Amino acid sequence: MNPYVVPSLVVVVLVTVGIGAYGLRFARTTSDFLVASRSVSPSWNAAAISGEYLSAASFLGIAGLVLRYGVDVLWYPVGFAAGYLALLLFVAAPLRRSGAFTLPDFCEVRLRSPVLRRIATVFVVFIGCLYLVPQLQGAGLTFTTVTGGSYWWGALLVGLVVTTNVALGGMRAITFVQAFQYWLKLTALAVPVIFLVLQWQSDGRPAVTPQAGTTFAVTTTVTIQQNATINFDGQETAVRAGDELTFPAGAPVPRVSTVGAHFGADWLLPGSDKSLFATYSLILATFLGTMGLPHVLVRFYTNPDGASARRTTLVVLALVGCFYLLPTLYGVLGRIYTPQLLMTGRTDAVVLLLPEAALGGGELGRVLGALVTAGALAAFLSTSSGLLTSVAGVVFTDVLHADRGGSVRDFRLATALAAIVPMALSLYVSDMDVSRVVGLAFAVAASSFCPLLVLGIWWRGLTDVGAAAGVLAGGGAAMAAVLVTVLGPPLTGWPAQLIGQPAAWTVPLAFAVMVIGSLLTSRRIPREVGATMLRLHAPESLRL
Amino acid sequence: MCGWSVRLPGMGDKPARTRVVLGEVAARRATADPAHADLAEQTPVGEALVKGLVRAQLALAIRLSLVVVTGLGALPLLFAVAPRVGHVTVVGINLPWLLLGVLSFPFLVGVGWAYVHWAERNEQDFTAVIRRPDR
Repeated sequence: MNPYVVPSLVVVVLVTVGIGAYGLRFARTTSDFLVASRSVSPSWNAAAISGEYLSAASFLGIAGLVLRYGVDVLWYPVGFAAGYLALLLFVAAPLRRSGAFTLPDFCEVRLRSPVLRRIATVFVVFIGCLYLVPQLQGAGLTFTTVTGGSYWWGALLVGLVVTTNVALGGMRAITFVQAFQYWLKLTALAVPVIFLVLQWQSDGRPAVTPQAGTTFAVTTTVTIQQNATINFDGQETAVRAGDELTFPAGAPVPRVSTVGAHFGADWLLPGSDKSLFATYSLILATFLGTMGLPHVLVRFYTNPDGASARRTTLVVLALVGCFYLLPTLYGVLGRIYTPQLLMTGRTDAVVLLLPEAALGGGELGRVLGALVTAGALAAFLSTSSGLLTSVAGVVFTDVLHADRGGSVRDFRLATALAAIVPMALSLYVSDMDVSRVVGLAFAVAASSFCPLLVLGIWWRGLTDVGAAAGVLAGGGAAMAAVLVTVLGPPLTGWPAQLIGQPAAWTVPLAFAVMVIGSLLTSRRIPREVGATMLRLHAPESLRL
Repeated sequence: MCGWSVRLPGMGDKPARTRVVLGEVAARRATADPAHADLAEQTPVGEALVKGLVRAQLALAIRLSLVVVTGLGALPLLFAVAPRVGHVTVVGINLPWLLLGVLSFPFLVGVGWAYVHWAERNEQDFTAVIRRPDR
């Protein structure tokens, strides 16, 4: 095992707890805990939002997907970044001006409906858990890959560190922690990639898609994970889990029947096997889903005013876009230096394994390997901290009903409550498909909160009945699709596409039901809608 | 110093308290601008002003999202209709990789920058209408 990994992980955890404790010195009131007393500058806030947003799916998952499927999955990073543009164009400034703190708060401010508030609470908790479970699982899997320790310890360690930190420091401390973790994550990918590209140059720029197919760069021993058949030169050979196969340098990488991966032109060129429907569904989910993620929205309330919320979002878009240039390079270089992952199917580990594989087992490779592992830990810690803060905030105000005169102790109780369920789930449901669940969380958010926010901010005609019907129809359909995908039997053909990538039909459904429902119940348009619109859109400098 | 005093009604002949206000302040208060009051009191004029602002901001957001929809959203269709685009290489990189993996991000940031610029201008225009010297 790499001797630098454990010290670097310990440093990340200590610095996280340290900054949390430092922030604690400033967190005195409940307001500090919840919204950092709305006094965080745009640059700090932008780094914090980016740090919170770049999860395991971004840090590990994208490179793994690129390694496996090639150009088609580049829509994931593009969509993850473009989500912030949609947020900027339609939501950022008015949402901040609404003065609400959580999504249920927004429902209350805009539509004065306690029923809608309760529905929104259910969706916030559902999306929060859906997103939190895979983060903890990812932590467990990384722990197993890097240290050889048990999955349980990794998930439990990250869960406990995050819960303690959120419960003690709340949002104020989390802002500093998240900002630090953005820069850590960027460094952890950017520094090794420089050495990796230099190594690739000095190796004589080996082709990413050689004519003869993908080959092993060095002599490699591969341990088969599942019973499967392997295609050697057109001949199918059966192998069993645990079999060890050794390939000499330059040998072609055979296809394993249990691992879906693309080779040659399929990998290099767009539109190989994904239908246009699936691609557009993914684009819709990621472009519109970001604005509905509770842990992203909650951070906009920490801006001092609407204009700074807008500028913060623009900085976030730049920071996130900068980060997403890097995972693609890892996926592409992984094609040359870690092709054995295409046989084991553990492609998500490419970021963790690539530095040592490409630079050899020397000191440099080990140090850089430890650096990317520290970055991965930062990814789990920051996203799960943000998610936990937002879910705890909603539990605090809407389940414990502590919005008036709630104490810091109540917030800590809410944090513990919000952490227990996802932690238990992540320990007991360890075989859930990680990257797919993250994509589904985007689909649920895009089909529930996106229409609610966009119509609520821009359309006077929205009513509480229409909004509730739209959220229940669109979000409910997406939720059902998620449950069928995760728990149900494997599907084939059109149903598989409709259920596996639901956003292309659930988002229009939610918008349509919301508009039609509101038109039918136009008597129920809130009387003070004019005042609300004024508050959402007029610049604060007017001091109305 | 020019000040003025007010005799509160119902105080008889004994002016117990006198309120003295500086002339400049009084003058400013006297010409409190009507548009500001229209907004605060939700008169039809104020309502129309806010509707105008909302419409301008929404039109801007929709126009820029159409730029993104045509710029990025049309790419899967383009790749499906004209698969040869995928074979074009620029500095040794296939065009789809370059477009999606690298160029899409500065494009998104550029659109975002333009939005922030124009949205702030819309708000300045709105503020100018409310605050214009209405005499």
